[in-house]
This record gives sequence, structure tokens and C-alpha cells, in this order.
Amino acid sequence: MDVSAKDRQLLGALEQGLALAARPYARLAASLGISELDVIARLRRLVADGVIRRFGVVVRHHELGYRANAMVVWDVPDDLVSDTGRRLAALPYITLCYRRPRRPPDWPYNLFCMIHGRDRAAVEALIEQATQHAGIADRPRAVLFSRRRFKQRGARYGAAQRPAA
Amino acid sequence: MTSAPNQTEASETATDFDEFERHLLNDFQRGFPLAQRPYAEIARRLGHSEDDVLEGFARLTVKRAISRIGAIVAPQRTGWSTLAAMAVPEDRLDAVAKLVSGFEAVNHNYEREHRFNLWFVVTGRDQAAVQQVLQEIEAAAGLTVLDLPLVEAFRLDLGFPLQWT
Repeated sequence: MDVSAKDRQLLGALEQGLALAARPYARLAASLGISELDVIARLRRLVADGVIRRFGVVVRHHELGYRANAMVVWDVPDDLVSDTGRRLAALPYITLCYRRPRRPPDWPYNLFCMIHGRDRAAVEALIEQATQHAGIADRPRAVLFSRRRFKQRGARYGAAQRPAA
Repeated sequence: MTSAPNQTEASETATDFDEFERHLLNDFQRGFPLAQRPYAEIARRLGHSEDDVLEGFARLTVKRAISRIGAIVAPQRTGWSTLAAMAVPEDRLDAVAKLVSGFEAVNHNYEREHRFNLWFVVTGRDQAAVQQVLQEIEAAAGLTVLDLPLVEAFRLDLGFPLQWT
């Protein structure tokens, strides 16, 4: 599905977050020169089409007591990586699970997961559990716990600044 | 958990949130109402007033438990994004992290425990725009960037079920 220029502008205007006001979609509409009902209809369609994968409250894990998070990566043979990824993704504590390219020799890993937990020990236990569940205990693996968070905010695709012609 | 938090920033714990706030945090990470009065709709579902809901979300924002109410856009649907990493010498990490965070196209930027110790996400209108930013970062930092775009998503960000105990 094509995302129209107006949809891009709408997504751009939403990057700052929905206003905490009784009619927040009317505010968005005013900034875009379209009607409130048009904004709502466009957002519904973007959700239905999967362009917006979720619409709602974005929480800050760290501030909610989930102090530890690790990016866990494995090197899984290409013919197994999709099945393995789906097995990992079925686990409730895996918040993201992606295949990405290897970059040999520096980076041999092609399967990436994010795991959040209350503390380091909790995350380590979940990593072991996930590894066993997916049957990849024998695969090369690296665990990259986060240390400092320098920046965290929603993605900006530049839609608000430069609407497509 | 009684261990002292070592973070310097605000560090709420789950027990700092009352039942109503927990519902606001948990129940609307997906499927936030797309209606003219979304907060009134939430109020109806939770048996509170619209003002209670608006004040509750405002309070959670001030407490930094909520980053925003908004749309998480599927990767590669309205633009391009990539996960990037750099191996930064320890004595340059603060400066390079600051440099990277300064790019408008960078949203997440974390220090992680690995030789590749700086991890960040770059988004842009298209692949060329993202490549341009990666090249600018490489030039400014004098370091090579690993470019790890999504190949296949097994689990997208669907929100995060918070557990309170």
C-alpha cells in the first residue's frame, strides 16, 4: 500500500505525541488543514494496513523498574534463521526479534532479540531459557547489556519537515 | 527489590503507581481509541472521568513513565531505518555518543557491553538519506559504522505487558 503525502504529514505531526486534550485529533487536524474525522479515518486505515504497527501509550521501561535490557545476537544458519526467529518471537519476554545481515569479519551474527528484565540476573535467566527453547545453545552468541542510554525518542522520518510533493 | 538504584535519573518503581495508573500504562499500549473523545472513551472503560484520565496521563508523563502516546510505524513502510554500531575507544565514548545523539535522524542511542559499544538507530525518508547520515557520522567520528538494516521481522514492537510484582 502506498502511504500518501498527507499520511506522511500526519505521521510526522504525531511524532511529538498525541496532545493531552479532550479533542486531540482535532488539534492534529488543525495543524494539517484537514478535518478531525479525516484524521481519525486516516489513522484507522494506517493501523488496518499495518503501516502503524501499534497506536497507543509508549512506556519508558527503565523508569518502570525494568532496569536491565540486553540485545542478544546469534549466528544461525540462513536456512534455519526464520524458523528460529519465529520460535523466539513466540516468547512473551522477547520484545523485538529481527534478522539482520552479518558483516564479516567484524560481525558474524544474523539474529537479534531484545530482552527486558528487572535486573541483570533476571535477564540472564531469560536468555538461557530462550536459547534452550529455540534450540540454539550450540550457536555462537553474544549478549550486549545496555549501559548508558544517550538518547531515546520516537523515530522521525522527516515527514513533517519535508512533505513529499 | 531493595537494592539501591545506581541511576542518576528519575527512577520510579512499580509500587509508585496506583491501580488506575497501572491500567493507563498497560491497557492502551495498543488499540488506543481512535474516536473524537479518546480520553472520554478510556474513562468510560475504566470507570473514571475524562479529567481523571487526562490528569493521569499528564502525571505519568511528568513521572517519565510514559514517553508519549503515538504511533509506532512499521520499519521500512514510510521511510528507511537501520541499526548501526561503532567500536569506540573508551576515552572517546562520551564525545562520540554526544556527536551521534546530535543528529536529528538518530533516535535511540545506547552504550552496550561489547567491543561494538555504541548502538543507535538512524531513520530517514529513504535508504539514500540514511546512508548519507551514516557517512556523515563516520566522517565526523573518524570511525567505521556497521550498518545492520532489518532483513526480516519475527516480532515487532507490540507493546510491553508490565508485571507489577
